Amino acid sequence: MPKLLIKNGRLICPDQGLDRVTSLLVEDKRIIAYDIDHADGAEVIDAGGKIVAPGLIDLHTQLREPGLEEDETIESGTAAALAGGYTTIACLPETDPPIDTDSSVEFVRQKAVRAGNCNVYVIGCVSKNREGKELAELGSLAEAGAVAFSDGLNSIQSSELLRRALEYSLMFDKPILHHPESIELSRGGVMHEGKVSLVLGLAGMPPEAEDVMTSRDIRLTEATGGRLHLLNISSSVSVELVRRTKLRGVKLTAGVCAINFTLTDEKLRSFDSHYKLNPPLRSRDHVEACIAGLKHGTLDCISSGHAPRASEKKMQELDLAPFGMSSLETTLPLVITQLIEPGHLDWSTALSKLTINPAKVLGLTKGSKGTLRIGADADITIIDPTTRWTIDPTQFKSKSSNTPLAGMEVIGRATHTIVCGEVKYAA
Amino acid sequence: MTAAAAEFEKIPAVWTRRHLLDLESLSPEELTCILDAADRFKAATDDCRRKISVLTGRTLANLFFENSTRTRNSFSLAARRLGADTVEFSSSGSSTAKGETVIDTAKNIEAMNVDAMVIRHRTPGSPYLLAKSVDCAVVNAGDGPHEHPTQGLLDILTIRQRRGSLQGLTVALVGDIAHSRTARSNIWGLKKLGAHVILCGPATLVSRRWEEFGVEVAYRLDDIIERCDVLNLLRIQFERQYTRPFPSVREYALLYAMNRDRMRHAKQDILIMAPGPINRGVEITPDVADGPHSVILEQVTNGIAVRMAVLWLTMNAAAV
Repeated sequence: MPKLLIKNGRLICPDQGLDRVTSLLVEDKRIIAYDIDHADGAEVIDAGGKIVAPGLIDLHTQLREPGLEEDETIESGTAAALAGGYTTIACLPETDPPIDTDSSVEFVRQKAVRAGNCNVYVIGCVSKNREGKELAELGSLAEAGAVAFSDGLNSIQSSELLRRALEYSLMFDKPILHHPESIELSRGGVMHEGKVSLVLGLAGMPPEAEDVMTSRDIRLTEATGGRLHLLNISSSVSVELVRRTKLRGVKLTAGVCAINFTLTDEKLRSFDSHYKLNPPLRSRDHVEACIAGLKHGTLDCISSGHAPRASEKKMQELDLAPFGMSSLETTLPLVITQLIEPGHLDWSTALSKLTINPAKVLGLTKGSKGTLRIGADADITIIDPTTRWTIDPTQFKSKSSNTPLAGMEVIGRATHTIVCGEVKYAA
Repeated sequence: MTAAAAEFEKIPAVWTRRHLLDLESLSPEELTCILDAADRFKAATDDCRRKISVLTGRTLANLFFENSTRTRNSFSLAARRLGADTVEFSSSGSSTAKGETVIDTAKNIEAMNVDAMVIRHRTPGSPYLLAKSVDCAVVNAGDGPHEHPTQGLLDILTIRQRRGSLQGLTVALVGDIAHSRTARSNIWGLKKLGAHVILCGPATLVSRRWEEFGVEVAYRLDDIIERCDVLNLLRIQFERQYTRPFPSVREYALLYAMNRDRMRHAKQDILIMAPGPINRGVEITPDVADGPHSVILEQVTNGIAVRMAVLWLTMNAAAV
């Protein structure tokens, strides 16, 4: 296996508390040394002026295959991940049929191997057919390689089912990744319920729809001792609920999608369905609460929330258009532009929420993901932290170009994405 | 050209919009421009019974994706009284029923060389999608619960004709504010022209948040009735509600219906309005609907004048 020497880069590894300019040597798919000036036969990447980080890991990717290949395929989605700096993604079972059997887990894994892009881990369903009625065969799913369980954006409405899932999944030491949303309260909604939805006459999704479920989920986690990760926190009260819960020592993790600390519901004034997202773009106070939650550690992970949708689906009226945006290729620039540049987070803290923290949630640290430790898998992202560029969805590797960020100027991007020691993407 | 037509040869300089999508974005001068033009059209056409052919050779497409009787006919009549041809489109039995998007439908209609489109659609923002997609003038004839600008304008025109000005008047919009496009257009138009607006209805249908826009919110009609110069009684939009926001129609009528008893507490010259269709016995009792204070049918008549003004202004601005 060829060697790879990355020189002169600012190596930041939040897992080790490491932040210094040095070189890094990769051999046989693993990181084997730092501070090496020369290695015989090694391919050399000069990372001067760049940041060398652990490969980014996403907890919330929809690959849409099988069944929804008009939106994305495993091949195109993983190519998009590489372009966005991700070496590892965990795909939600937002597919048709959903990933609720061992054979469907195997299907995704095989297709991902065949695509040969980034690492793909499969998140199996919590319930059969994502209907929220009966538990899926979590044991079989785990046996087939599922790293976590989730019904994706089908928030589990039955408290009984979620309770059982939290208990049962303990046997396999796998987390439940849950999207907190009371459907009763958000039914028919297309945007955040607030001042803007009032004026526009658009049906709202009140923050309370998220808050009551966050509250319930926390209580069930405490009662069962299960492993829960709240996927998409977007409201100020939910951030506060998670903060207080963590102070009590309850094991709970939570994440936020990058778009939810970037844009506000004011964007819906354009009536553009690209802004129709779930969780919805909320008002400024909620956006600021999410940023504060990231700062004080309440929110552990930053997700892409990658939900590609074919353009013909998004071309419909707001109530008919589906939720979601293609976002694997824009998440890292948003983190840099919205969090690091304004000084909300330093590089190490920001990268921890994109690397080691999601690795811990998914239980991937044994396989040495999310870190640049000697001996770890050589999954590395090299980032140009200063380049300014304009988001152009026509350049996306994703099969879908549905983004509300078209034309936005951002700072920073991945220049190299290295998976198991192999340069899979170079800008 | 007749003398009346010559008066409408040029549109006022204040009007530069190709579309009329809402009243929220209009300036007081633009609102006044439409109202003034509507007054002139009304006078020139002798209460809208004669033609004044200033849009001869132009074509208006009526795109109604939702049911309508008075608005659709009002736009058609307005166009014909200006000498324009009309194309009628209904979503039932059309290509949208076969899965075509609203934008593609509009583009196809535009390809038939129409000069303006009037659109009614259940989804807020649909007229905005059209305005971005076509080159001709687009007029919003009601987009879900968002806005119904020409309804707002004809309400305001009726008040102005009766009172001379909106300045200092207290106008209450009573009923299902949450789902009312008429309310949203009225709120912006009335406030910009100097009226004090009260929103009144069950707390489940009237958000306190409206106070942030300088609007008064009240939950008891009996508490505000004495102060009102105008009461605009809005229909309960059952078809837009997921859950019943009040216990029963009977209870709603008890708390909010304008009836003879409540009229006793009203000002002597109060105007009773309703955008229609009205539910007799729910928002308004028949004696009040047909009584001396009611201007409901005047509103309908003014609708044609307002729509003539809007079509004249937008079609000429779009043609520049």
